[in-house]
Amino acid sequence: MSLAPNTETSGAPDAPPAVALDGNGEEQAGASADARQFISFQIGEQEYGVDIMAVREIKGWTTVTKLPNTPEFVRGVLNLRGVIVPIFDLRCRFGMGATEATKLHVVIIVTVRERTIGILVDAVSDILTATADQIRPVPEMESEQKEDFLDGLVTVEERMVALIALEGLFDNKLVAAATSAVADVSTTD
Amino acid sequence: MSGPSDSQIEQFKATFFEECAELLGDLEQRLSVLEGGNQDIEDLHAIFRAIHSIKAGGGTFGYVRMVTFTHSFETMLDHLRDGALEITPEVVDILFRASDIVADLIDVAQQGGTPDDDFGDEVLAQIDQILASMAKAEGAAEGAAAGSEEAADEEAERIGSVALFQIDFKPHPSLLRNANEPLLLIRELRTLGELTVQLDASQVPSLHALETEDLHFTWRLMLRGACREADVREVFEFVDDDCDLTVERLEPKGDRDAEAGTGSSRSEDKTPADKAADKAAAPAEQAAAKSKSTGGEAAGKERRTSSIRVDLEKVDKLVNTVGELVITQAMLTQQLEALAADKRARIASGLEELSTHTRELQENVMAIRMQPVKSVFSRMPRLVRDLAGKLGKRIKLITRGEETELDKTVIEELADPLTHMIRNSIDHGLEGPEEREEAEKPVEGTIVLSAEHRGGRIVIEIADDGRGVNRDRVLEKAIDQGLVAADAKLSPEEIDNLIFAPGFSTAAEVTDVSGRGVGMDVVRRNITNLGGKITVQSTPGQGTKVILTLPLTLAVLDGMVITVGDQKYVVPLGNILESFRPKPEDVQTLVNGGQVVKMRGEFMRLVGLARIFDVPNATHDPSKGLVVMVESDSGSSFGLVVDELLGQQQVVIKSLEANYDPIEGISAATILGNGQVCLILDLDGLEAMDKLAPRDLLEAATLAREPAPAPAPTPAGEPDPAALDDGAAPEQEEPQGEPAGLDDPSSLEQPS
Repeated sequence: MSLAPNTETSGAPDAPPAVALDGNGEEQAGASADARQFISFQIGEQEYGVDIMAVREIKGWTTVTKLPNTPEFVRGVLNLRGVIVPIFDLRCRFGMGATEATKLHVVIIVTVRERTIGILVDAVSDILTATADQIRPVPEMESEQKEDFLDGLVTVEERMVALIALEGLFDNKLVAAATSAVADVSTTD
Repeated sequence: MSGPSDSQIEQFKATFFEECAELLGDLEQRLSVLEGGNQDIEDLHAIFRAIHSIKAGGGTFGYVRMVTFTHSFETMLDHLRDGALEITPEVVDILFRASDIVADLIDVAQQGGTPDDDFGDEVLAQIDQILASMAKAEGAAEGAAAGSEEAADEEAERIGSVALFQIDFKPHPSLLRNANEPLLLIRELRTLGELTVQLDASQVPSLHALETEDLHFTWRLMLRGACREADVREVFEFVDDDCDLTVERLEPKGDRDAEAGTGSSRSEDKTPADKAADKAAAPAEQAAAKSKSTGGEAAGKERRTSSIRVDLEKVDKLVNTVGELVITQAMLTQQLEALAADKRARIASGLEELSTHTRELQENVMAIRMQPVKSVFSRMPRLVRDLAGKLGKRIKLITRGEETELDKTVIEELADPLTHMIRNSIDHGLEGPEEREEAEKPVEGTIVLSAEHRGGRIVIEIADDGRGVNRDRVLEKAIDQGLVAADAKLSPEEIDNLIFAPGFSTAAEVTDVSGRGVGMDVVRRNITNLGGKITVQSTPGQGTKVILTLPLTLAVLDGMVITVGDQKYVVPLGNILESFRPKPEDVQTLVNGGQVVKMRGEFMRLVGLARIFDVPNATHDPSKGLVVMVESDSGSSFGLVVDELLGQQQVVIKSLEANYDPIEGISAATILGNGQVCLILDLDGLEAMDKLAPRDLLEAATLAREPAPAPAPTPAGEPDPAALDDGAAPEQEEPQGEPAGLDDPSSLEQPS
């Protein structure tokens, strides 16, 4: 899998937040009452998490049917037991270029605002438990585009996991905006 | 819990209104039958039952006006039932109007409003008047022509004031579940006389087998009282369907009762008594008594073909699951091919069986959603009757093929268009009596409403024998209203179909029946939304026929699977006119990048799917691929440039919008046999996309894909207006944007 050439943007989140969170890494305790669980997955070197309550199922990548005139990060639709489910390429959504999907890639089916969608990721790694105070806000960054769909950051065993706000990521209104944004990214470099 | 919660009450109300809708439908139908002169007493009973149920439900929820009104309605029906009141056209008219009032009351209640206290008073007054005049007539006739009520009293006197009845009351287990309470019935019986109750609890199962909601008791009741058998039966009227009931008169045993076999005395048993009674009253009483017994039989029949009420959502879920099963089975069959031949044989035969069963299952599941069109056809006689009366025309409505089945959703959507079209036929199509006489036609106009299956679709025709479409007038109006150019040359059929144009109306004056010009275009839109088509055939002076072709169900579509590059799409089969591979010299590229193809001397617009959808590896040159001529639902035709036709297939329509936004040019999706999703093309949308800005789309697509947007070919050379007239010049086949004398492909179709 090749990362897209525009590494400035993809590399950016790693450095500053990792420093910021190092001091808090030891706070991990047993699951308390307000603990939330996340499914963590990987895109390239980076680890992300989605709220486990939103996850419906996890399945291997299969061929999808392309939708015409949609942004590049919309990979297409697939048949999930009779329901047509759109699949979004998260790597591409983050502006890191399209994923060259193989059978080893994973689609996480999630429910966002009563819609069922799939997100294409490299691999699913773990189930995390984090209490509210373990979740750190996302530091201000230059790339505005990304902040909208990050919910917070959490450190697990020295790894930093970025929690994804699905609502922000695939809100319908944002799809249109993202379309132009993606077009900008792909045309500017 | 002390009582039902608010949400439960809401639920009960919803059920009540649902039932009301059904009851009203039935009511309407029965009233139409009554009006037709076919006076079956059973219809009256059904009407009575419907009104009574509405009254009871209305009472439960505290709809005061509904109760008071239906009560008067009921009184009138009661007199009709016992024959005291004759069924005359005036009476039927009042019945119709009263049922309208009831429908209005239900409507108001459903919307949470409260009707005025005097709502429907006018009709009530009419009912009272009828009843009063009836009473007068009765009084005038004195004893000689006594009403059946008096005859009944006479009968009661004749047999002695006190009789002993043995009542065997065997409720079905479901009685309680239908919200009936045997105790109330027994209490009611006690008001009729001295009652001895004997309970038979032998049928109660052992504790572990006990269904707590079932009723396992039966009763033998002995009633001694001054009443008639009919009175006894009336107590059980509303549990008729839920029990086996025998009522036997034990004493005093008249000679006639000795003849009665089972004791459930029928009309014949009473005839001697009635004969003895007054002649005028006899037939009525006889009819009433007879209907009681036949009513019981009819209820018995209904019981056997019982039905349940199921949430449509549940059915849809079932349909979906079965669809999945079919796909899974298709996938299995495909995978079987990979197996070695010796291993394959046995699995193959098993799989074959499986596929037969799944297909059967699918058909049956689809059939659940199917309903006869009767439910919508039955509303029409009423409409015809009302309008004909209003317009002073005499019209006969003939309906055919009412049993033709159609998807429930389609049927629901069909009511409005049908109403519009029948209105149109009555208002515009059919002439008044004088005009018809002049034209040597029967004074009574005829509208034939028919439905039939034809080649996987359902065809509904509304034909009248009126004056036909007045083409001169239609054309004149259309030109006036700017719908067509003044010098346009249109074929008779084209003129006829102008009546579907938005805003079109020929009515000289706007009546409240029709003429506002929001009829036929709405009809057309409704029908096309259902995936149907509408056409009109007209013969001047002889009549008009409107033909609707509809898919059997909204869930399934006959489609043609096509390929463009590595993508597959489904084109609705009903929209395909023909397909062919054009010769290179017949294809021309216009100055704006659009293409046209010459077909039988005409230039047709081409819509390049590969271009609009930006599909890689597709054939852009129509002469190397195929052109599929299609007619969009809005009526314009154009050619789709595709790579290949894969074949015809019935596909299950799946919504794309459930989880994603609508996509231009795509109407829905489906799942092919291999489990892959396939998109269904929206031809109207494609046409609009192509028309609007073919180059913008091209640019946007290239922009997203490549850093450097490929500029659209700029016109080179002089525009040559003669190019089109001369036919295709060979050098213009190059897709290099050669000028072809037309800068807008749409100008080819609209001679404006």
